Amino acid sequence: MIAELGLAALWLCAALAVLQLIGGALAQRRDTASGLAAMVRPAAMLQGLLAGLAFACLLWVFAVTDLSVKLVATNSHSLKPMLFKLSGAWGNHEGSMLLWVTVMALAGGLIAMVEKRLPEKTMQATLAAQGFVAIGFYAFLLISSNPFERLAVAAVEGQGLNPLLQDAGLAFHPPTLYFGYVGLSVAFSFAVGALLTRNVTPEFARVMRPWVLGAWVFLTLGITAGSYWAYYELGWGGWWFWDPVENASLMPWLAATALLHSVSVLAARDALRTWTIMLGVVAFSMSMLGTFLVRSGLLTSVHAFAVDPERGTFILFLLAIYIGGALLLFGLRAGHVREGERFQLTSREGALVFNNVMLSAILGIVLLGTLYPLLTEAFDVRVSVGPPYFNPVGAIFTIPMLLVMAVGPLLRWRRDSIERIKLPIAIVTSIIVSVAVLAALMGDIAVLPLLGLCVAIGLAVASFLPLRGRNLLRVPIATWGMVLAHFGIAVALFGMASDSAFTKERLAALQLGEEVTVGDWRVTLDGVDPVAGPNWTAMEAQVSAWRGSGAPILLLPQSRNFWAPPMQTSESALATQWDGQLYAVIGNRTEDGRWQLRVWWKPFVTFIWYGGLLIALGGALAAIGRVMADLKRRSVRARANSRRTERRAKGFA
Amino acid sequence: MTRHFLAWMAGLAAMASAMFAMPILAQSSTAPAPYAYQQLDDPALERRATDLMHTLRCLTCQSQSIADSDASMAGDMRHQVRTRILAGEEPEAIRAWLIERYGDYVSYDPQVSATTWPLFAVPLLLLLLAGLILRKRIGRGGVADREGEGT
Repeated sequence: MIAELGLAALWLCAALAVLQLIGGALAQRRDTASGLAAMVRPAAMLQGLLAGLAFACLLWVFAVTDLSVKLVATNSHSLKPMLFKLSGAWGNHEGSMLLWVTVMALAGGLIAMVEKRLPEKTMQATLAAQGFVAIGFYAFLLISSNPFERLAVAAVEGQGLNPLLQDAGLAFHPPTLYFGYVGLSVAFSFAVGALLTRNVTPEFARVMRPWVLGAWVFLTLGITAGSYWAYYELGWGGWWFWDPVENASLMPWLAATALLHSVSVLAARDALRTWTIMLGVVAFSMSMLGTFLVRSGLLTSVHAFAVDPERGTFILFLLAIYIGGALLLFGLRAGHVREGERFQLTSREGALVFNNVMLSAILGIVLLGTLYPLLTEAFDVRVSVGPPYFNPVGAIFTIPMLLVMAVGPLLRWRRDSIERIKLPIAIVTSIIVSVAVLAALMGDIAVLPLLGLCVAIGLAVASFLPLRGRNLLRVPIATWGMVLAHFGIAVALFGMASDSAFTKERLAALQLGEEVTVGDWRVTLDGVDPVAGPNWTAMEAQVSAWRGSGAPILLLPQSRNFWAPPMQTSESALATQWDGQLYAVIGNRTEDGRWQLRVWWKPFVTFIWYGGLLIALGGALAAIGRVMADLKRRSVRARANSRRTERRAKGFA
Repeated sequence: MTRHFLAWMAGLAAMASAMFAMPILAQSSTAPAPYAYQQLDDPALERRATDLMHTLRCLTCQSQSIADSDASMAGDMRHQVRTRILAGEEPEAIRAWLIERYGDYVSYDPQVSATTWPLFAVPLLLLLLAGLILRKRIGRGGVADREGEGT
């Protein structure tokens, strides 16, 4: 019954999305307040409500493990802990698509309810675009991926969820990314609305900005969490594999980063109008590509895609309609948007444009490296594109971008001179050079980590320079956000470079009581005991680690065996110090009764994720600062208006 | 009589082939090969081996290098790489040997070839394009007078 309720809600949502599209489209020709046009906002709100209901229904059938629902039977198990039963609802294709569209409908409902700053016509065009995007998702769900499909005969027991995915961190990883993707879809709808009604103004940029910032914060968090998950769960200490699934989340992030900077220029200076709209279209295209490529199975293998051609063709069709349609609209309408304010090369805008172009180039490379193997595979030639390609080729664009990023915030809007910021440039340059010399003297470090280290330290200092000579209490919150986010980039880069330059690895087969060293740590295997969890059994090793004369740290790595479905995983044990992490994994027993132990000392590796969190925090501060400033501006204006009317009333009296 | 002889011959042949097959079996049997989970004693050689292993694909995993995987095939390949490095082979020679055996797919470091040239041409094109866009966007005589702006 609950499943059918969910399905009915979904059908109603689809109908409302159609209404939203038609009403919004009619509003462009006729009066914005009459007939169907007046129903656009209520339709969006109701759609949000019903999509929320549908998703709640899905959560319910997973919570009670209703095995007559096909999705539950194939992805859940009655013995699973409740948290993973619920996260199982979106840990599969159909459920995650429903989550996507639910978040999108809720966002649409929210803007329909509160957003009153833009002209009504633009708002209706925006909501029509939202409806248009949503229709594709509803059609996809209802026609080829129905999450509420029943089995003719209920299953006796569910098939379980991939044990690697039974992890609290990962339970919240997909929703976080989806919030990001959906935020970009809202930004895209605003861009379409503005483009259709020829209303690309700073006001439009201010309305769009919190959505871009919010999406960017969620994407940052999602990528950071996903990277940390891969790091501790896969058991080999790697934190980024340039895996297509990872790239699928990185590409929207790159586009969103470019977009949020260009939208700031539009809001502050009324420049970069078409560029902002184009990035809005690109960012959304990347999130569609990300979602669909991951979910279609196309990324694992072109052949996996061919196994389920119906779904695959549907996905390609939707991608073609949305991305193609958006680009077509852009091509047709961009000519009508005036260019906006001009600026000089040495200006804040100039630096931002430089970074935008670099970000777009990096995006192009990630896109190429991700899709090219798929293209050749279609012609039965298999090539692998991995870190040895992405790292150096990406660095060609990343390093100049980071250098410009160090000084860009010091420049003034519109026109400035290098002469004026000579001192900070000299400071940053000397830091970078001295770190490079120091690191080169320290020993044999590869070129890329070396560059990473010196740019990171230079950038870390440079990111605080915009605060120089200012009263810290009067610095706007949004500026603090920028400083923190830029500092976060430096911190993360430092962690990445330090990890690849200084990691120490030790693989050994140990008898109980035997000791090995890794870096300046001494590590002993004290014992190995069997332990059991709710749906697994494991061998757990007791490993003690010393550094110098300090107290020993106990690490408990496990080798787990899950039984539904049967699978072996390594649970790494991590000891976090201020200057890095000790990472231990227990492997199998060798024939002569020793245990395979893997230990890494990874200096400052944690900075990668601290950096990610700082970036997200910076983004959140910027969003809060902007929204608060905006509310203040509005209340000041309202007060001025009321005072004026009061005065006028008195004058008349 | 002849029948017995044939059976005996067949048995001998089977034994012989089993003996010949042994080194191969030893590499891919269930017990991991010695260098799958064991480092080379010489840190310089071990570093060369690890650097190479990070650029080789584990063929049975999804997007992991052989240095990042528990799969038995990755273990066997690690063993191969370490043994060959120990025997004094150059990393690139080992890569070439693996490519010959498993195809281009095994190497994460695409070399310029008839099938991979776009991977190198496109970044160059992007550099060019970036330069052009920057020139067009910013290089146009700086701040011009405001000319009838508006939407």
